[in-house]
Amino acid sequence: MTNQKIIIVGGGHNGLVCAAYLARAGRKVTVLEAASQVGGAAITREFAPGFKVSGCAHLLFMLDSGISSDLALEKQGFRLASRDIETVSLSVKGDHLFLSGSEVRGADLGAEDAAKLKQFNDRMLKFAGVLRKVYSGRPPRLTSGWSELKTLAKLGLAIRGMGRDDMREFLRIAGINIYDILQEQFDSEMLKGAMAWDAVLGGHLGPRSNNSVLHYLHRLTGEVNGKRGAFASVKGGMGGLTQALAKAAMAAGVEVRTSAVVSKIVVDNGVVTGAELEGGEKIPASRVVSSADPRTTFMDLVGLRHLEAGTALQVRNIRAKGSVAKLHLALDSLPSFKGLDAKALGRRILISPNMVELEQAFDFSKYGEMSESPMMEITIPTVHDADLAPDGKHVLSALVQYAPYRLKQGWDSGRAELLRRTMTVLERYAPGIGASVLHSEILSPADIEREFRIAGGHWHHAEFALDQFMMTRPFYGSSQYASPLPGLYLCGAGCHPGGGVMGCAGRNAANEILARGDAV
Amino acid sequence: MNTKEHFRTFVYPTAFGSRTSKLNQLNESHRWKDYHVADAYEDEAPEYFAMRNSTGVFDLCPMTKHRITGPDAMDFLNRMLTRDISQLKPSRVAYCVWCDDDGQVIDDGTVFHMRPGEYLLCSQERQLDWLNISALGFDVSIKEVTHDIAALALQGPTSCAILREMGLANIEEIKPFGIAWYDFEGSELMVSRTGFTGDLGYEVWIEPGKAEALWDALFAAGKQRGIRAVGTHALEMTRIEAGFIQAGVDFLPADGAVRPGRTRSPFELGLSWLVDFKKPNFTGRKALLAEKERGSRFNLVKLDIAGNKPATNAYIYNRKNEVVGTVTSAMWSPTAKANIALASLHAPWGKPGDELYADIYYQRELKWSRVKARAEVVEGAFYDPERRRVTPARDT
Repeated sequence: MTNQKIIIVGGGHNGLVCAAYLARAGRKVTVLEAASQVGGAAITREFAPGFKVSGCAHLLFMLDSGISSDLALEKQGFRLASRDIETVSLSVKGDHLFLSGSEVRGADLGAEDAAKLKQFNDRMLKFAGVLRKVYSGRPPRLTSGWSELKTLAKLGLAIRGMGRDDMREFLRIAGINIYDILQEQFDSEMLKGAMAWDAVLGGHLGPRSNNSVLHYLHRLTGEVNGKRGAFASVKGGMGGLTQALAKAAMAAGVEVRTSAVVSKIVVDNGVVTGAELEGGEKIPASRVVSSADPRTTFMDLVGLRHLEAGTALQVRNIRAKGSVAKLHLALDSLPSFKGLDAKALGRRILISPNMVELEQAFDFSKYGEMSESPMMEITIPTVHDADLAPDGKHVLSALVQYAPYRLKQGWDSGRAELLRRTMTVLERYAPGIGASVLHSEILSPADIEREFRIAGGHWHHAEFALDQFMMTRPFYGSSQYASPLPGLYLCGAGCHPGGGVMGCAGRNAANEILARGDAV
Repeated sequence: MNTKEHFRTFVYPTAFGSRTSKLNQLNESHRWKDYHVADAYEDEAPEYFAMRNSTGVFDLCPMTKHRITGPDAMDFLNRMLTRDISQLKPSRVAYCVWCDDDGQVIDDGTVFHMRPGEYLLCSQERQLDWLNISALGFDVSIKEVTHDIAALALQGPTSCAILREMGLANIEEIKPFGIAWYDFEGSELMVSRTGFTGDLGYEVWIEPGKAEALWDALFAAGKQRGIRAVGTHALEMTRIEAGFIQAGVDFLPADGAVRPGRTRSPFELGLSWLVDFKKPNFTGRKALLAEKERGSRFNLVKLDIAGNKPATNAYIYNRKNEVVGTVTSAMWSPTAKANIALASLHAPWGKPGDELYADIYYQRELKWSRVKARAEVVEGAFYDPERRRVTPARDT
């Protein structure tokens, strides 16, 4: 190897995690980040003077605790602003539902539902634990080798080890939709609406779509402070985490370059030999690890011509059309939601009152339209972290569904319309909120694509579904972080185990590269 | 573009239909994609002999044709085909195969580098879907032009003389796999020294509106030189003698295969000379490289079989009476005076000198008999006349 340098394309959380692990193992690593600050989509953005908010994901619930301790993130300034954030699901009548782990009260809840929830959650957490077992390693291939079979066997044994009844139930539900499952279990429409939100957040799917159970389990694989299925917010916004990751990476010896826009991953005679920046600077490297989404990596940076045709088709066919918009409001004062105590404003606030309305909101996006009444997950981060806004002011951050990437009318004109519809829904639950808005911003998937350089504006880089899961994520033949091109690796959310501010893909990729030693 | 309305008419006559239908005494034809073509006009034997001794004319309008242009046309083809197409100069033709990512042959065909950067790809099977898939990431324009070009194969020792007689000056100077253009009644006539018979021969290409006039001119010019329309049965004989393989007969196109192990790589079809690993990337490269290291599963061989009973569909046995393969094409070759066959054998069988037997079932007056005939592996074509290669081409 003439040049041992490893380039990481993109300084999002996975890129930084991968870089840090590689550098800790003695590799010479350079991270090339296109934006002026690292963090990718996990950043804190100032969207109006003095008002800051997490760019995409606004709650932390999946960060791998091993990564957090390996990289000593707390030493690098990583702090939680709050933990064990409870959920309140809003009812338009003001009769809200309060959820915290398996504790639930309020709304139309009967005693039976409350009792069943604990049982249901325990089982779901058990199932998620099975997935969790395979998240920390590279996914197996179906064709070759004992080590591959071992990984598969590990999964099989984990499923079997749950016992006969749980195994049957897991196999029954893993591929189907959350609507049917929740209908079987619960009566409360409010409870089902709130739970179904977690099964569809971030994806192009509704509660009645298959894969929604898998989505739900995927979210439950996460933990915060050793507590699974809990939510936390990061001090300083999500950028607080990635800044700490960057510091950890730099402390390990990683060179981090910002405003370094990679225009091309250089392929020479079938082998990746480095990266080229906008402006023409060429950086040779023995390996290039891309944390960009697989379509951007192969279609824009590498060029499909460097793949074989069938592989190029697989890349082109990766399903990754974002369906989530992000609403940011700068507020003059704390909003007041009907029937909600001001103390509850620090919670995760859901507008997903029942599964039917959620499904109907999704229906629009199937046909390239935005939801008439969008559903949303709201946080007011300034309740826990006053530094995010000027004194006495607040920011509101909301994930808004559904906003299809390919909007029929186009996002140039659609953006204002989505903002209007979103505010209309908010006014219904928090009358007068519009009057306290100082600045507003709504990021459509098209904006997310442009701003964070994610093809399709999909946070998870590739839709999370059984056909894009484990050995088929991002596509068969590139599922073990290595790509079909020698010297090129993937380490982003498009890889196993997928999206969410988790860091596993980055760490797994680093381990794979290290395990291969000198072989590219 | 395919504008045929199949819901009105299933199968069409070709651009030469008015002429071929008059000659088709047997009125027997079969469907070839959108068209019907004659199996034999009168009898396959004289038609075969016309190709070997004078000139046979075969209607190849239905052959699938794609025009490929655009700045990346060459790069696109080079990534799709296993052979190095960057070396193919304008006015030249190359035989080629293309594979899927598993290195299994999808089809074979000929690529014509017409004018610089303009290519015509001819194949047995429809390929637009695979071409479009292969075009991802390339700035290239692909048009199916099967119906926009009428074509005839003019094959046999007097074919050059007939074309000269028709007024095509310096036709003899076209080298094998060369292309030349002529004016024909105000239209462009493309002539390539190519064919499916392993002999001297040409293929002529013209706009469909001029097809009948071209046919008439050729037959007028060829009257004294034994020109004759030939059907697919006769062509089949010549191509087996030449040792050419055919999609759907000697190999299964990979994109149509369902069962594993049914497809073949270029190595397994005796086409390793078409695979160029010096190219850094082409579809199938990885798999083929691995196959080269690991060894292939099959060998496609030419067999010279004792006796005169064609070994059609015969099993091939080794000395231990184990089945080692099957015949894919077989015939009694009147010119080679040999009982010849193409066969797909399990590796390692198929080396010259292997002791092999063909298990032949044949019928005489409704009585079936069976013979186990010794089969010798032959290297090189069964029939390979010198005039096939000589330039300037001879008149006979």
